[in-house]
Amino acid sequence: MAGKDFYIEKFKDIEKQLNGEKKTFFHQLRLNALNQLAGMNFPTQKNEEWKYTDVSPIVKENFVPSIKSKLPNVNTTTIHSLLFKNFDFHLLVFINGIYNAELSKINSLPEGVLVGSLANILKYNPEIIKQYLNKNSKISDAFDALNLSYSFDGTVVIIPDGIIVEAPIQILFLNSSAGEPALTTSKNLIVLGKNSQANIIANYRAESNEKYLNNTSTEIFVDEDSILNYYKIQNEKDDSFHIEKLFAEQKNRSVFNHYNFNFGGSIVRNDLNTVLNGENIETHYYGLYMVNGKQHIDNHTFVDHAKPNCMSNELYKGILDDSARGVFNGKIIVRPDAQKTNAYQQNKTILLSKTAAIDTKPQLEIFADDVKCSHGATVGHLDDASEFYIRSRGIPQELAKSMLIRAFANDVIETIKIEPFKEQINHLIFEHLHKIEIKNEE
Amino acid sequence: MLSIKNLKANVEGKEILKGIDLEIKVGEVHAIMGPNGSGKSTLANVLTGNQNYEVINGEILFDGKNLLDMDPETRAREGMFLAFQYPIEIPGISNATFLKTALNEIRKYKGEAELTPKEFLDKIKEKAKILGLDESLISRYVNVGFSGGEKKRNEIFQMLMLEPKFVLLDETDSGLDIDALRIVSDGVNIYKNSGNAFLVITHYQRLLNYIQPDFVHVLYNGKIIKSGGKELALELEEKGYDWIKSENTELEKV
Repeated sequence: MAGKDFYIEKFKDIEKQLNGEKKTFFHQLRLNALNQLAGMNFPTQKNEEWKYTDVSPIVKENFVPSIKSKLPNVNTTTIHSLLFKNFDFHLLVFINGIYNAELSKINSLPEGVLVGSLANILKYNPEIIKQYLNKNSKISDAFDALNLSYSFDGTVVIIPDGIIVEAPIQILFLNSSAGEPALTTSKNLIVLGKNSQANIIANYRAESNEKYLNNTSTEIFVDEDSILNYYKIQNEKDDSFHIEKLFAEQKNRSVFNHYNFNFGGSIVRNDLNTVLNGENIETHYYGLYMVNGKQHIDNHTFVDHAKPNCMSNELYKGILDDSARGVFNGKIIVRPDAQKTNAYQQNKTILLSKTAAIDTKPQLEIFADDVKCSHGATVGHLDDASEFYIRSRGIPQELAKSMLIRAFANDVIETIKIEPFKEQINHLIFEHLHKIEIKNEE
Repeated sequence: MLSIKNLKANVEGKEILKGIDLEIKVGEVHAIMGPNGSGKSTLANVLTGNQNYEVINGEILFDGKNLLDMDPETRAREGMFLAFQYPIEIPGISNATFLKTALNEIRKYKGEAELTPKEFLDKIKEKAKILGLDESLISRYVNVGFSGGEKKRNEIFQMLMLEPKFVLLDETDSGLDIDALRIVSDGVNIYKNSGNAFLVITHYQRLLNYIQPDFVHVLYNGKIIKSGGKELALELEEKGYDWIKSENTELEKV
């Protein structure tokens, strides 16, 4: 038994172990998703959305769901070594997708702010989850169906109107060795009330010795006049699989900055969707992907301009080495109502080897006439003239290349709003690419 | 200090330098003048080791060492410096990081200890003052957002920081207004001494009013066709390059 049949069969075992949960609205969502899974197949490259990403290595593997299975022990030293540091933060730790209260540390929060695990909050306040969950996300492929079928835990952040959560909320999603290929499913829900602000760091790490599939779903609501900075750092093992689908909805005058730092895996796919459902909204997508070896990174982004007077700006940059493959598909829709839209998109990729490659595809669909939209894509190498300039000052070639990598990534790194975080991201870039690190003098 | 013998070089398969001979002794300032396309910048790039320029014949000795065997960074550590005609912008790398990295690489090569942060800062301040540069330059990214003139001034600043023994100035005067030209040449004149040497590449004579050459060479069609003292530059300014070209053509006929 392989593929979806394995997951459908396995679900029955897990369902038997559920205690009084079967009648809940959430379980009905799972059952519905499982039903859909039964009626669909995992995507193939014949599907336009998956044209450049072959998921057959994922499909042929049976990943054992983490829920109701024995979880690995992880100590605080390990956790500490994987965190972004040197600033205050609230910490949520998930091991193979399951919340670990002992390793987490949520400091005092303003009244009414809800930060915690989906599994816990579903127990005592299912209504608040019901109010938001699954409003925008839809099941469009078997991975979505698989995710929702096995959604038992995840992050919940709900911020009431007028509240600013100053310290970033850092969520460590750690995949640790489970003794068999694990299926990690998370369902994350982030809700910002009117005129509120938050910074969230979703830190995906691994110390697993086996293959695993991290199949994640994230839903985000950014209400009027709110500001959300959401940093995703996907920094897992070379043989891991990571698939995330994110749906965000913004209301009037809100700002949503999504940062997407990818250090690759065997197959990594990010689907990022935002609907600008109001006026005077600002949306920024910043992406940096650094991949090498045989890693495969696929970023599908979608900006949906539904209303007038909004602006979106997307800057995705990649550095590909060895035989790594990249895919960038950037879709922008400007709907008929969305006059006075400003929508910009740029995708720039540097290839460090002759065998690395990227498929990049901008997709602009504009149905309004009074708009400013542009897109551009470049693929190139580190600039010879710049390298010569640096070396002509006595700096060795390897360091010159590192400087040019730093220069290339700079305009994304500069936009990071948490100062100590910048140099830590910079460090990871050089560490991952096996290049000498360039740090700026204080 | 620098001895060039029968140097021939190609760019993209085309022969640009067609046999250059040049001797530059310590303490001397040489100027190379010539019309556009005569090979001036090619000479600068060949001397500093730009791999897009292919040397097909000849020999260059730098303090007795075979320069053509060295990569660009080694040439720099041996004391060669090129002030670029078009300096490159490096976003994300501060001038301090850039200069400290370069300086310490050069010092390491010479077997000298790295500068302490204080020594480095003192040095930066001292050199910035010579060129009237604001200290905030230290934390700014290399050449990013600099005007053409500021970039040229930054080249001279790098020269003062790295203290090379042989300096090539490639069209350093182009795009400079008279005030900037004065500041840049003051920097050069302060640095110039009996222990170093300069090769000034320029299209116009104007720069040579500020940086006085001991010798002037005219480069035309990949060859040095006339050499003389600084009065040659004035003569070129007055008569243009045509009289030398025709003189040369007649010579070739003979």
